[in-house]
Amino acid sequence: MNIDLTHYLVVSAMLFTIGVFGIFVNRRNIIIILMSIELILLAVNINFVAFSAHLHNVQGQIMAMFVLTVAAAEAAIGLAILVTFFRNRGDIEVDDASMMKG
Amino acid sequence: MSVLAIAFYLLATVTVFSGAMVILSKNPVHSVLFLILAFFNAAGLFVLMGAEFLAMLLVVVYVGAVAVLFLFVVMMLDVDFVKLRKGFASYLPIGGVVGTFLLVELVLIVNAVATRGAAAGKGPKVYGPEMSNIEDIGRVLYTDYVYLFQAAGLVLLVSMIGAIVLTLQHRTHVKRQDIHEQTTRRRKDAVKIVSVKSGEGIQIPEDINK
Repeated sequence: MNIDLTHYLVVSAMLFTIGVFGIFVNRRNIIIILMSIELILLAVNINFVAFSAHLHNVQGQIMAMFVLTVAAAEAAIGLAILVTFFRNRGDIEVDDASMMKG
Repeated sequence: MSVLAIAFYLLATVTVFSGAMVILSKNPVHSVLFLILAFFNAAGLFVLMGAEFLAMLLVVVYVGAVAVLFLFVVMMLDVDFVKLRKGFASYLPIGGVVGTFLLVELVLIVNAVATRGAAAGKGPKVYGPEMSNIEDIGRVLYTDYVYLFQAAGLVLLVSMIGAIVLTLQHRTHVKRQDIHEQTTRRRKDAVKIVSVKSGEGIQIPEDINK
């Protein structure tokens, strides 16, 4: 049995779907939402690396590295905002977050 | 079934399972640990594809930094996580419908691309002793993408500064030690000799402690 590009892409598609599904069902828990975003970015990275490996072109792996960088930055900022939000309100209810506007 | 196929199916199964457990487990600490497991197994998949450098990067950056950051925040915040799961069942149908459609569409597209696209029928690139994966990356990253590489460093710098600015809090009511003020304090700033008339006393000024 041969493992080819399709296998990796299907794994990536499943992870992406899990990430999107996680954002839907855990709408109130922002920590799980952030983790779902990390899952989605991981799926994107698997896609990049799979195509990069199978097209014999290393540029996809460079792009995956930049995605990794941005994901790390995003997680840091997101968690910092979360901590500030928690300090201000004593809770992390996302439904109440709209009270911050205006 | 070859060793490669067994390794792939093992890694892929654990990746998808732990990805599912990230969003389904009741305890957020378990979610973070499953996230770590998912990243570890994804790194294994990267190794199978010949992208060793990115696999190690994934382990170092995600398991070593991002997941630990998540763990810190989850443990730091004193939140009732059971309450946050209240809407879980009500969002399940719409999430299931959207997820199913997304998965079916993605698999159809993926199948078409993988069987008829430019990469069809090719195996992953195999690195020999003359050129390793990290050398391959380095040759492109430091030449064609050097500006993008610098910009990525800038993004990390901005995120670091942003995280510090967001979470730093100045406490004004706390007394702190000020070495400079202590060592430059002279006798005339601290001591005042007053001759007090007997039987009258003196008025102590309000800012006596300044």
